[in-house]
Amino acid sequence: MVSGLFPLRVRGAETSRNGVHLVGPVDLDLDGQGLCVLLGPNGSGKTTLLRLLHGIARLRRGEIRWACDAKVARNAQAFVFQRPVMMRRSVLDNIAYPLVVRGTARRAARAEAVGWAERMGLGDLLACQAGVLSGGEQQKLALARALITRPEIVFLDEPTASLDGRATREIEAILHDVQAAGTHLILSTHDLGQARRLAAHVVFMLHGRVHEAGPADRFFGAPATAEAQAFLQGDIVE
Amino acid sequence: MIRVFGMVVALVWAGVAQAEIVRLAVTTSFQNSGLADVLVPQAEADLGMDVQLLVVGTGQALRLGRSGDVDAILVHARAAEQAFVAEGHGTHRREIMYNDFVLVGPADDPAGARAARTAVAALRLIAQAGADFVSRGDDSGTHMREQSLWDMAGGVPEGRWYKSVGAGMGAALNTASGLGGYILSDRASWLNFRNKGGLALLFAGDPMLFNQYAFLPVNAARHPHVNAGAVARLEAWLTSDAARVLIDGYRVGGAQVFTFNAGSGG
Amino acid sequence: MTDLWQGLVQAFWLVVTFDPELAEIALRSLRVTFTALAIACLIAFPLAAILAVRRFRFRRVVIAILNALMGLPPVVVGLVVYVLVSRSGPLGALGLLFTPKAMIIAQVIIIVPLIASIAHQSLRDIWAEYHDLLISMNVTQTQKVRTLMWDARRALLTAALAGFGRGIGEVGAIMIVGGNIDQVTRVLTTAIALETGKGDFALALALGFVLIGLAVSVNLMIHGLGQTEREGRW
Repeated sequence: MVSGLFPLRVRGAETSRNGVHLVGPVDLDLDGQGLCVLLGPNGSGKTTLLRLLHGIARLRRGEIRWACDAKVARNAQAFVFQRPVMMRRSVLDNIAYPLVVRGTARRAARAEAVGWAERMGLGDLLACQAGVLSGGEQQKLALARALITRPEIVFLDEPTASLDGRATREIEAILHDVQAAGTHLILSTHDLGQARRLAAHVVFMLHGRVHEAGPADRFFGAPATAEAQAFLQGDIVE
Repeated sequence: MIRVFGMVVALVWAGVAQAEIVRLAVTTSFQNSGLADVLVPQAEADLGMDVQLLVVGTGQALRLGRSGDVDAILVHARAAEQAFVAEGHGTHRREIMYNDFVLVGPADDPAGARAARTAVAALRLIAQAGADFVSRGDDSGTHMREQSLWDMAGGVPEGRWYKSVGAGMGAALNTASGLGGYILSDRASWLNFRNKGGLALLFAGDPMLFNQYAFLPVNAARHPHVNAGAVARLEAWLTSDAARVLIDGYRVGGAQVFTFNAGSGG
Repeated sequence: MTDLWQGLVQAFWLVVTFDPELAEIALRSLRVTFTALAIACLIAFPLAAILAVRRFRFRRVVIAILNALMGLPPVVVGLVVYVLVSRSGPLGALGLLFTPKAMIIAQVIIIVPLIASIAHQSLRDIWAEYHDLLISMNVTQTQKVRTLMWDARRALLTAALAGFGRGIGEVGAIMIVGGNIDQVTRVLTTAIALETGKGDFALALALGFVLIGLAVSVNLMIHGLGQTEREGRW
């Protein structure tokens, strides 16, 4: 599907917080073909880069240029956080919220939300307080909430990091379907297995910088750098 | 059409007259005696006005009159009243009625105040014995009388047995009852007081304990919002036969407590 | 002990026979405090919301002042209001002294810091939870505030009830600015002070029990209406 947002150009992007340098400088080109995975050990800056791309972290230097207007781009994106943010309301109202915020009437928004909830397997839990759901269910809710506005891109920050095997499998299956339906996904993970299962494109990060980037099969089959090789072998890379 | 209009005007006028309000600051002793509950409702009914009572100490009553927050005051501190009029805060002073102060204390009377000949002598005995004495301490008429008696007895005491509470008559009597101490009270408040405990009336009858109540309208020239007409009508009522009957006829425990003595002006 | 028992019995009779004086005083208590509460919430809730979500230079100072104002002695507030609205004061022309309006003003001043402080704390907590999500969704400031306040409504209700409790039990300030005038500005608390001063402890206690009963009933009713203790609803 041709998207108005891609190609994405990142040049010299850098950010820091309280004087501590977090990420950058980063140069990146994404064309939106296939699921893109930001891979790397903990502390490599994956989360920060993701937040920079979405615009919820402040860029100190450099630029991030989408193919279309920045505001349009922002409205066509959604973000799923590592630890799901559950609003203190019912599952149904949580999912419907983004539509209500955009001006949809509450009843119509709720009707739409019912469909998404069922697609995620949350159909029986609509009236429950979101806070009582299990970790996996909450992450599915977050996904439904992200998708309800039909964004062109969904950023996911280590979405299955705190989930058990079964929940992880369910989420990955959903992601697979979502990607197939045409939504672009950019996902960060430190889980090698997950990267292998999902990625079409890999961005390998280390110390806040992009160490290597390229198509998944090339990265996994013949990594260019020693650190990537070490990481793929399961060594601790510093 | 004119008739309807006239009726509406009459109704509205009546409504306005009905709502006429006079704010009167009275002393706590007037309220605590229970006479206020007899006198005021009758005045309201006879005059068709709403008399709002602010029950405060004489000192605060005079203050309220000075600042124009009330329309008239009813207090019992002659010197302070005369100063009030002289300074132009009130138009004049009209005597209404009198009662007397009594000396109350523990029934076993450790200071022997009962046997004293005069009020001043009784106070001297109390001072000598160092017995607990509760003072209003609030610039009220009662307090001012108490102070002048102490002045004649040798000076306002400074020992720890002299307890200045800064409160109304009822609250001060409560304290005296709780402490088993002596206290100067107006007769009506004492008779009406519900918590006598171990206290008893020990001394009365000295002319020095004579207690005159007076009505002072606030000077409308200084405070234009004051309803001078209504205040004048209230004053006239308070000095009328209707008031005399109620005041002289008021009994507490079978005893007359107030005596009407309004002349034609004063 | 007998005073307490007498008080209870008298309270019972006053309530059961719908004693008109008691009804008038109690209704006035409720009217004054509820009016003050409504006005105070209209001031305190937006204030709390702004302090929770907006960053501005003196924010910490304002929050510190707000917390300190909770300790403002009510009787001092009453005195200041008295001086302001007395006929010889700057606002004298309004004729507010010794009216229920002055009592409402004093109560508003007393309870706004309390309500704002509690509300602010809760709104700040919930803002910390929702921050990333709402920023990600690009919500407007208005939507942000409305969402936070709706989702924090239980805490806001608690704040309001705290304000109500403080208000209904207030005696010093409203005695000063109201004057405890019979049938005009007399409320339960000032009536209790009056009867105590007269030495009529049984009646004072009776009024006290009615006041407690009233405060507890209001709390129970609000919680009942809001079904706040129902599992999974709030």
